[in-house]
Amino acid sequence: MRKIKEFVIEKLILLSGLASIFFVILIFLFLLKEGLALFKITSPFDFLFGKSWYPISEPPQLGILPLILGSLLVTVGAAVISVPIGVGCAVYIAEVAPLKIREVLKAGIELLAAIPSVVLGFIGMVTLVPLVKNVFHLPTGLTALSGSIMLAFMAMPTIVSIAEDALYSVPKTYKEGAFALGATHWQTIWRVMLPAASSGILAAVMLGIGRVIGETMAVMMITGNAAVIPHSILVPVRTLTATIAAEMGEAVVGSEHYFALFAIGIVLFVISFAINVTADLCLHKKQS
Amino acid sequence: MAKIAARKLNLWYGDFHALKDVNASFEPKKITAIIGPSGCGKSTLLRVFNRMNDLIEGVRMDGEVLIDGANILDPCADLVALRKKVGMVFQRPNPFPLSIYENIIFGERIHGAGVTRDELDGIVEKSLKDVLLWDELKDRLQAPALSLSLEQKQRLCIARLIAVRPDVLLMDEPCSTLDPQATARIEELMRELKNNYTIIIVTHNMQQAARISDDAGFMLLGELIEFGKTDQLFTAPQDQRTEDYITGRYG
Repeated sequence: MRKIKEFVIEKLILLSGLASIFFVILIFLFLLKEGLALFKITSPFDFLFGKSWYPISEPPQLGILPLILGSLLVTVGAAVISVPIGVGCAVYIAEVAPLKIREVLKAGIELLAAIPSVVLGFIGMVTLVPLVKNVFHLPTGLTALSGSIMLAFMAMPTIVSIAEDALYSVPKTYKEGAFALGATHWQTIWRVMLPAASSGILAAVMLGIGRVIGETMAVMMITGNAAVIPHSILVPVRTLTATIAAEMGEAVVGSEHYFALFAIGIVLFVISFAINVTADLCLHKKQS
Repeated sequence: MAKIAARKLNLWYGDFHALKDVNASFEPKKITAIIGPSGCGKSTLLRVFNRMNDLIEGVRMDGEVLIDGANILDPCADLVALRKKVGMVFQRPNPFPLSIYENIIFGERIHGAGVTRDELDGIVEKSLKDVLLWDELKDRLQAPALSLSLEQKQRLCIARLIAVRPDVLLMDEPCSTLDPQATARIEELMRELKNNYTIIIVTHNMQQAARISDDAGFMLLGELIEFGKTDQLFTAPQDQRTEDYITGRYG
């Protein structure tokens, strides 16, 4: 009897494990099936490097270069803002802050992670967007910069908590060794702690960026959604994700436009897969 | 004159009284061993001399510890200068996860200014020669320090330390993770280093203390029970508790 119970439970666990892989494969296959259909009509090169996105003109122009550049600009902007602040915050929490402040900060970071992105987008729309408009004297505040700043808030919790873990798991003996050689606290952090935690911090950054690139709601609300190639960070852009979300409802099933949106999905899938694998490699390097 | 002198030194971790009225003086260019059972406070005493206990929250000290006549327990004491002068070798070898070369010039990087590449190379060569590692490692100075054997790591930590040109070497059970042959070689190294440094070693291993030290102290429950010449402490201890310990009645 006991043996049967063991057997059943073992198989159930195996099944749940396989299920997640199975679903990923199904999703990927569906994406491929719908997305690749586009390339019967448009060449992959024209799709990826085409400079105009006019899906409902006649004939439709389905170049996603403006969307890729839009996503890239917003993501790089968010990374530039969130990485220094996030890593700095992690160093402060792990190394400098007294116990009480540390607890408060960690709770605060978790709270930040818990804010739904639509709420952040809404707050950004009524506070940040007018601010950007006034500061830079722009015709509209719905710009890549606004999106970057808002997304930086979303990447921050991921970066802070994983980077803090990485710093925390640096052996205490390294720190003692550096202090015993007469290093100051900052020299110890800069020359020993950060290099020792570098792979974990890199993973934190990658996962933060992964979160940013997949984010949809907030960017759709505050980046202005103009599908043109951006020439500065102070103009409206449209990201890959926002395109899918905004246009899925109006694309006719089976049309070129419909297939193109799935093809965008494949591009996004490949990008986030690459980012996650890189982050994973970083974390594994740390363990070995 | 004594290199280091502790007078009426007391230390508390929170409510726990870890060092009780310790008085001792350590002679320059000699090896002084501190022995005693686990938890007797010998590592704590060692860590007073470079103020490493300051890293632990809730530590209080009173009394005086004079190094070259200056009280290092003074709240205004310059800890960076102190730790540069009083170096420490730890129980578990703790090279940084950097290359062998970068480990040795770590001190130079944090203290020195405007040192040329040639001077750095010279420091690396001299320090590695001093710990008898040069011949083994000279062809792979850029290899990660974590790839070395335990004994090599411990030697590297000593090399890293003497590259800072300290006066005093504190050694906290430096051989406890090493095999007997490696231990013998590190002890040999300590005898060499004695010519230039004042060495204080904390050890579990009474034979080791007897072999290498000139002076020795025995600690028990935070008190320094007996302190004197090693020969005398081991052959004719004055205190019954010392005798009980060295004859293996407890510990």
